Amino acid sequence: MGNILLEMKNITKEFPGVKALDNVNLKVEQGEIHALVGENGAGKSTLMNVLSGIYPYGSYTGDIVYNGEVCQFQKIKDSEEKGIVIIHQELALIPYMSIGENMFLGNEQGSKAAIDWDKTYAEADKYLKMVGLTESSRTLIKDIGVGKQQLVEIAKALAKHAKLLILDEPTSSLNETDSKALLDLLLKFKQDGMTSIIISHKLNEVSYVADKITVIRDGSTIETLDKTVDEITEDRIIKGMVGRAMTDRFPKRENVKIGDIAMEVKDWTVYHPQFAERKVVDGVSMNVRKGEVVGIAGLMGAGRTELAMSIFGKAYGTNISGQLILDGKEVKLKNIKDAIKHKIAYVTEDRKGNGLVLTNPIKINTTLANLSELCSKHVIDQDKEYQVAEEYRDKLKTKCPTVEQNVGNLSGGNQQKVLLAKWMFANPDVLILDEPTRGIDVGAKYEIYCIINDLVAAGKSVIMISSELPEVLGMSDRIYVMNEGKMVGEMAGAEASQESIMSCILKS
Amino acid sequence: MKDKVLKVFKENTMLIVLVLVVLFFNVMTNGTMLLPSQFNALITQNAYVYVLATGMLMCMLTGGNIDLSCGSFVCFVGVIGAKVMVNMKASTPVGILVMLLIGVIYGCVLGFVIAYINIPPWIATLAGFLALRGWGIALMHGASNISPLPKEFCAMFTGKMNDLFGGPRIGGVQYNMTSIVAGLIASVIVVLLLFRSRSAKLKKGYEADSLVKVIVKCVLIDFVIMLFAYKFSLAGGIPYALIWVAVIVLIYSFITSKTDVGRYFYTIGGNAEATRLSGIDTKRIMFLAYLNMAVLTVISAFLTMSRFSAANSTAGTNYEMDAISACVVGGVSAYGGSGTVFGMIVGATLIGVINLGMSLMGIDANWQKVVKGVVLLGAVVFEILNNKKNAVR
Repeated sequence: MGNILLEMKNITKEFPGVKALDNVNLKVEQGEIHALVGENGAGKSTLMNVLSGIYPYGSYTGDIVYNGEVCQFQKIKDSEEKGIVIIHQELALIPYMSIGENMFLGNEQGSKAAIDWDKTYAEADKYLKMVGLTESSRTLIKDIGVGKQQLVEIAKALAKHAKLLILDEPTSSLNETDSKALLDLLLKFKQDGMTSIIISHKLNEVSYVADKITVIRDGSTIETLDKTVDEITEDRIIKGMVGRAMTDRFPKRENVKIGDIAMEVKDWTVYHPQFAERKVVDGVSMNVRKGEVVGIAGLMGAGRTELAMSIFGKAYGTNISGQLILDGKEVKLKNIKDAIKHKIAYVTEDRKGNGLVLTNPIKINTTLANLSELCSKHVIDQDKEYQVAEEYRDKLKTKCPTVEQNVGNLSGGNQQKVLLAKWMFANPDVLILDEPTRGIDVGAKYEIYCIINDLVAAGKSVIMISSELPEVLGMSDRIYVMNEGKMVGEMAGAEASQESIMSCILKS
Repeated sequence: MKDKVLKVFKENTMLIVLVLVVLFFNVMTNGTMLLPSQFNALITQNAYVYVLATGMLMCMLTGGNIDLSCGSFVCFVGVIGAKVMVNMKASTPVGILVMLLIGVIYGCVLGFVIAYINIPPWIATLAGFLALRGWGIALMHGASNISPLPKEFCAMFTGKMNDLFGGPRIGGVQYNMTSIVAGLIASVIVVLLLFRSRSAKLKKGYEADSLVKVIVKCVLIDFVIMLFAYKFSLAGGIPYALIWVAVIVLIYSFITSKTDVGRYFYTIGGNAEATRLSGIDTKRIMFLAYLNMAVLTVISAFLTMSRFSAANSTAGTNYEMDAISACVVGGVSAYGGSGTVFGMIVGATLIGVINLGMSLMGIDANWQKVVKGVVLLGAVVFEILNNKKNAVR
């Protein structure tokens, strides 16, 4: 080590009206894993886009020195030729093509006239082995899980002869096991001399793999922590990111009285909508009380989302059986509208995919689930609608110029707040929050937790599905553990620990 | 100030283009373009476009879905109507009812197939495009048209409103007073509505447009209304086709901007799954879009048939393309989720004006098609570039 592979000097990048990067400096040594952390919108991705040539030379100021020479990348191809390969947060694989086809997309093997498929697949298999995948490169992408897809992305980068690997939130959609495997792979590459830059929100992962951590806040470098010099703790990193020490990542709930059972399901079974013989949720029983936050922990694919959506007016699954009891009375919900009428809300894990209408303003999104409240004879009272949107903007401290702003232009944390506002306006008694803080930064997470606390303080019940164990532990009064469609454990929040939850899953 | 002006230009680009195009043709045709008779021609020749494009707008809002079958359906339903009214000598109301009934049936079938069986709209309507034209022509047993249609039927959709007041004759020109009076009433209503909406907003303490903006809006809208009213008064009165178009356009303008159902068309186009998970029956909305389209297609068939007083085997050819073009030029997103009735009107009028202007200039029909194609592409390219510039990052 010791050799500087990459140095970005005084990088400044402006967008109309915003200075996204302001004199950012980044030094990466040969053979290290360098983590880039910061809140959403801090400028991490922008910095990497500058590096990889997505923002061409000239659209920013400052110098990029790579391997001792000043680089002026005009397009992605330029940086890839030098061995700088970026793997984006959203996977860029084509589902109906094979692994091999995807890996050499834009980098086709063979002569100019025709692709040599034998060579393609042989090469692909070679790189797949390097990332520890045993699948044939002729397998279609859609047939492998998200975790493996992420590994294919890495293999694809290796096939481009990457010397500097940039991973933008590589584990955001992976479960704990897959994440661990991916991080270990990075550590293995490090031993072989590969240099990596990893952008991540998950601080435990960062402290696990990174040799150095550069903290970016509001478009400027705050500090670079070195594992060999500084003592790196999560609190230390958070302090750098938000500019203040966050003594408590989870706000305290005080004087919230836990009341009667608000919702209960008994022996709830759901089958897969396409493969009708596959049980996705298997005989689940659970309940939530008034004023209580119940966490549901589990690995990805455990059936938690499916459970929640099937309760929510059969929004998912077929052949649903079991009892649903609201306030002591058994009810049968025919459809989603019915569920909303019975004061259940399901706040999706995928706010962009199926939570919000990104091309519509905040106003319209806020009222969508309960528009009839603002209507008389189907005519919308648009003045009142504006007022409602404003009210929730104030209540949830959503940062936006006006409520006429399109939701697509907001940051992840603010989008999440709009999504919450939408369901709060539907005035539910039971809120099922599916991964309520996925992909949003520490500061916004804290605010979401505060909102959850306000909700239960008002006597509502909250079911929180989360794959982040610290969050489940920090927020829940009671925790259910789900695995492969079954409830495999229930424990009081105060008694639970990461170990006890994981052992529940593993022993089931 | 400069920003403000730019913003106004940006928001109303197509409208400004329309005005420029009208002026251009007026110069090129030595003023023929703005003769009263051309105003009349513009409306009567294009009435079917406005009606069909309204239905197409609703379909497109739900996610860029289109109806390729509407042109063929105009032909088919026209043949049926003509058979009932001409061959079977049924009365006009019966004919109209039969045609509407067939529209509802076809709309239900189409809506069901698209919304509940999940057939992609362009395939389902492509089937209709092929089958209905064939079926319609087959029913004519080799004739190229069925005519003449009853006079009462034609009178409902073509022709001009009689003068109720007995307008003056000045300098050898007959003025139609009804047209002027109707224009004045419409103008006053526009002013009242705009000011009432503003004062209601202010009263409740909401943000409202500045007084200047409202006044400018009133003046411009009233100018257009009175221009048309004046021209029609010289051209012998308001064409009935305009009344049909105006009523339909006003109704749908209200539905899309003020009602919950209208809102759902937009949110489905923006994100169907999010809309479904908000407790909205998205399938029903899709169903309604195509049912509505079929009914409006029947109305458009009325307008077309009565213009020629016949059902033709070629009636409705390329109508679906006219309707789609009008929407797209009018800024309706080809991916769904955005677009307004007003935009569609501007788009349809722009295409209509270009057609009319080129015909007046004596440009070859084939070149007219070339120009229209270029305009269509240009409008979409402009729209997308414009959106890109506005997008944040």
